[in-house]
Amino acid sequence: MTCREYKDMMMAYLDSELDPQQQQIFQDHVKTCASCQAEMEEFNHLKEITDSVTLVEPEDHIWQQYWDNVYNRVERGIGWCLFSLSGICLVIYCGFKIIEEIVHDPAVGFLLKGSLLVLIAGLAVLFVSVLRERLYFWKNDRYRKVRR
Amino acid sequence: METVCNKEMPVEWVLVDSSKEAFEAFVKGHMKKAYFVALGLVGNHEDALELSQEAFSKAYQYRKTLNSQGKFFPWFYQILRNLCISHLRKRKHRQTSSLETKDGATIDLPSSDNFDPEMVAERNEAKDQVWEAISRLDPKHREVIILRHFQNHSYEEIAQMLLCNKGTVTSRLYYARKRLKEILNSEKGGQPQ
Repeated sequence: MTCREYKDMMMAYLDSELDPQQQQIFQDHVKTCASCQAEMEEFNHLKEITDSVTLVEPEDHIWQQYWDNVYNRVERGIGWCLFSLSGICLVIYCGFKIIEEIVHDPAVGFLLKGSLLVLIAGLAVLFVSVLRERLYFWKNDRYRKVRR
Repeated sequence: METVCNKEMPVEWVLVDSSKEAFEAFVKGHMKKAYFVALGLVGNHEDALELSQEAFSKAYQYRKTLNSQGKFFPWFYQILRNLCISHLRKRKHRQTSSLETKDGATIDLPSSDNFDPEMVAERNEAKDQVWEAISRLDPKHREVIILRHFQNHSYEEIAQMLLCNKGTVTSRLYYARKRLKEILNSEKGGQPQ
């Protein structure tokens, strides 16, 4: 094995992730290789000081409120979902009713009715086009099946 | 730091029992761990609290996507990690935008990501320097340091969380520690003390 390969083992050795046989192999190498020994000592020292860093535990009241905050988020998320869904339905329904009124109103000129219908047709074409493009990208997304 | 909730809760909770009580027990069982992981990634209390709570909310929303063979925390970690990294990107973008000069050029910021030194318990100079050095690691290296040193996860567990193999974890830890050593040495002009 080369020093490069022993260096790959160094982290696992420092973190006690090697089996006893691998540990012995690594220790035998370090005894005879000054470069690896020096590097290991430096990493060991770094590991010790990094391990000594601990983070401040928040006060108890933070943990007591934690669940309430999560629950509020979930509840608001559901609320926004329902609100948006019903809003979209209402807008579509009202739009449909308004258009229906205009189309059936004899007082409204033919040009305005025709323009309105063309506008709706244009919007429908745009919507279908965007939807088709999104579906194409979704189907061809190579990360689609990556586990969350 | 004390590692909380080492015992993995049954994954069936998310798949079968999605009652409020069960979700509450689940959040309470994992909240400290989630908070401290987020704290390690974003470096300050407010953001860590906000992001970890948001991650639980998203986990509830996407609970059906959890594979029945998988463990909860690696799956949850992906959600939390994505939120934290997205948050760091936005923060960096905001900082960069705010420092654009009149001619449109940007001023390079130090890579430290607003890490709050007050987050370190029983502070001393050496610990502050390590925390500051961790803040200057890129997120990919920072997360392996956090998961290994602050959460005491095994290489196998880290590999599951990062969706990679143990060899990649070993190699990433090597480069993360090497970079940490370089930062500490450059600050001191010598060996880390």
